[in-house]
Amino acid sequence: MYKISTDHLTELFSSISHDRALYMPIEKNGQVQFDRWMEDKKVRLDALNTVKSPKDLFFPQSENIVAFKIKGKNISIIENRDESEPFVVFGVRACDAASFDILDMVFLQDPVDTYYKARRDNGIVVTLACSEPEETCFCSVFGIDATNPSGDIATWIVDDMLYWESLTEKGERFTETIKDLFESADFLDEEALKSHKEDVEKIIEKLPLHDLSLDGFNSEAMDEKFNSPKWEELSEACIGCGTCTFICPTCQCYDIRDYDTGQGIQRFRCWDSCMYSDFTRMAHGNPRTSQVERFRQRFMHKLIYFPTNNDGVYSCVGCGRCVAKCPVSMNIVKVIKAMGVDENV
Amino acid sequence: MSIEKTEDSNFEPLIVAFCCNWCSYAGADLAGTSRLSYPANVKIIRVPCSCRVNPMFILRAFQRGADGVIICGCHPGDCHYSTGNYYARRRMTLLFSMLDYLGIERGRTRVEWVSAAEGVKFSTVMNEFSKTIHELGENKKLRDLRCKEFLD
Amino acid sequence: MQRIFGLIKDRVGALLADGTVDRVIGWEKGEFLYDHTPAIFNAEDDLVDLVYDGFCASNLSKYLIDESKKDGKILALLKPCDTYNFNQLIKEHRINRDNVYVLGIECRGMLDIDKIRALGIKGIEKVEEQGDELYIQTIYGDKTCKRNEVLLEKCINCKGKEHVAYDELVTSGEDIPQVESNRFEDVEKLEAMTSDERFAFWRGELSKCIRCNACRNVCPICSCVECVFDNKDSVVASKANTDEFEENLFHIIRAFHVAGRCTDCGECSRVCPQGIPLHLLNRKIIKDINEFYGEYQAGQDTNSLGPLTDFTKEDVEPSIITEKGGEK
Repeated sequence: MYKISTDHLTELFSSISHDRALYMPIEKNGQVQFDRWMEDKKVRLDALNTVKSPKDLFFPQSENIVAFKIKGKNISIIENRDESEPFVVFGVRACDAASFDILDMVFLQDPVDTYYKARRDNGIVVTLACSEPEETCFCSVFGIDATNPSGDIATWIVDDMLYWESLTEKGERFTETIKDLFESADFLDEEALKSHKEDVEKIIEKLPLHDLSLDGFNSEAMDEKFNSPKWEELSEACIGCGTCTFICPTCQCYDIRDYDTGQGIQRFRCWDSCMYSDFTRMAHGNPRTSQVERFRQRFMHKLIYFPTNNDGVYSCVGCGRCVAKCPVSMNIVKVIKAMGVDENV
Repeated sequence: MSIEKTEDSNFEPLIVAFCCNWCSYAGADLAGTSRLSYPANVKIIRVPCSCRVNPMFILRAFQRGADGVIICGCHPGDCHYSTGNYYARRRMTLLFSMLDYLGIERGRTRVEWVSAAEGVKFSTVMNEFSKTIHELGENKKLRDLRCKEFLD
Repeated sequence: MQRIFGLIKDRVGALLADGTVDRVIGWEKGEFLYDHTPAIFNAEDDLVDLVYDGFCASNLSKYLIDESKKDGKILALLKPCDTYNFNQLIKEHRINRDNVYVLGIECRGMLDIDKIRALGIKGIEKVEEQGDELYIQTIYGDKTCKRNEVLLEKCINCKGKEHVAYDELVTSGEDIPQVESNRFEDVEKLEAMTSDERFAFWRGELSKCIRCNACRNVCPICSCVECVFDNKDSVVASKANTDEFEENLFHIIRAFHVAGRCTDCGECSRVCPQGIPLHLLNRKIIKDINEFYGEYQAGQDTNSLGPLTDFTKEDVEPSIITEKGGEK
């Protein structure tokens, strides 16, 4: 394990960004987002959750796929995709890092999504352990340890020291290239880090959503949950916006659209939301005709369908973004509590 | 962010003029038959009434590369449909004020009342407007880059 | 707040019990006592979950578009500013007035949880209001703050404590302090900037947009059955801002489509996950309307013509924009 004083972070960042793009939580117009680091940017490593999750870096909200240019009777095909840039994303929280594993299950399964894969290959994930979790956090429910995040490299900030540990071969190789900036961590450092983790763990145990139970959310309960009369009640406040899906680190639905530029077509894909009325619209119409069905789909997908198809892994990491941001404060926690086994008597 | 004065002296602005069928379009016609000249880069779109112009039309014109948009209708009081241009007047005042508020140069939008008998006015207005847009240069604030990329 | 809630609950219970109304739309207690969700209560027994405090900012009037078309009468708890939207929707024939019983409720201003967080208060588990003071219980210890420091933007610029539509009022009789404000202050600041500065300001704000449509969907006035941005035949349908232009287009059209109808309820800015000050777009239009066509408050009544469905022969010419603003 290495260490570097937080006073020297700018040097570290400028060294990293020397030959590749560096993304991290940056404040712009009052909101914190993963954005490209530059020396004059306002870095916010203390922010717990960015508004949009860092999945944007691997699966951008919109990306060009291909373009067609039309001239007279000729159509030329232009490859204008762009995902070859090597980059480092720094400051990813444990929940968001876990979300990449979930996205991998979707995009790296056969047939592999080459756009996503290229970005995964080109990107190095440097995580940052949480030290001040919020009341909306419930990552522990999904077995995520906020004090020991995954990723290629994990970091911890304790007082004014940042600890740096490579977790994968890729992380190891990258650390080699910048190791001159670090000092080696000694026994005392390890002790300090250990006691810091213990303190945070105590807070995590006290979090109000820490004991949220997922009992009953399994494939056996699929029909029972699907047919539950509770969906109607739960969804009645939903305004059908896409906030929850667009800020969610694990939502992965997209749409492919053609934009007519007048002289040609730009084909792109962009995030879609199951909360939207035109989601699943086909030539014959839309099988989901009401918000109740759309709402049910989102939560059934996260809590029942996804684990059924992926060895019991839920498609939620407990980051708490939807808990904080839903315009009508309806969220996965309320759904889990209402639909859970205890309440369902 | 500032709009650089175009260095390319060959800059030819693209101007979209929405003209109502009953007055302004006829005014343009008269300008033509009277052999009055107005810039060739004014593209006229005939609409039944100035009130038919949906704000979306104006924004879409800018999106596709227009450098200026002008709406021409019958003089207030002379609308073929009695009151259409009164509504258009309010709507365009508010819309153009809002575009100005968003930082779009206010010279890029204009409303003029041109009757069927005012061929001279039509030609003067278009020459003037074209000059303004020439001075403002290319529309960079309200255009869709994708449309531009495909042009070459 | 406690007292008024007690009065409301009693009255709602009584109206349900005597059959005056069949259902009630109000707010249901959340997980953390700041995240209440709009909900429908069908029976007196369900009212245990009903809540009314500083975190009931959701404007319930939009739900009445659908709810008033169902059988039976629904009781709606409307705060003073919500009743403007209610009136506007009645004017536009979107609500069936006969099926709604409006219980106008007193409001002391709603609170902004993001402003509380911005004070550095983390891990909020419980917020209690005691007069002008807020007691906040957090994982990291107890905190306090002043109520009027964390009011929602829309409540700082409150339209007043009068309901413009109601069947019955519930008030505590307590004195409610009225905040002095100039809601056009920020608009004026922007107007005073140069064109390029304004452009830079709006690019900075609108480039944050994630196109979640929360502003549109929550807006009690945006009530088209199918929005132009969802209609695949409209050519502008889009789910993402794939170009700067689309960010501008969406927000210009969104604001302009409610021109003359927007009551300035501030829901758009409240729900924006990116904190874009969307109300500044709507307020600009309201300010212009007031200046050009005379003071107008949408939703003040249910029958007057709106500024864009009305005209006078002497209206100002669009060139006023150039004349008024000078050489900016």
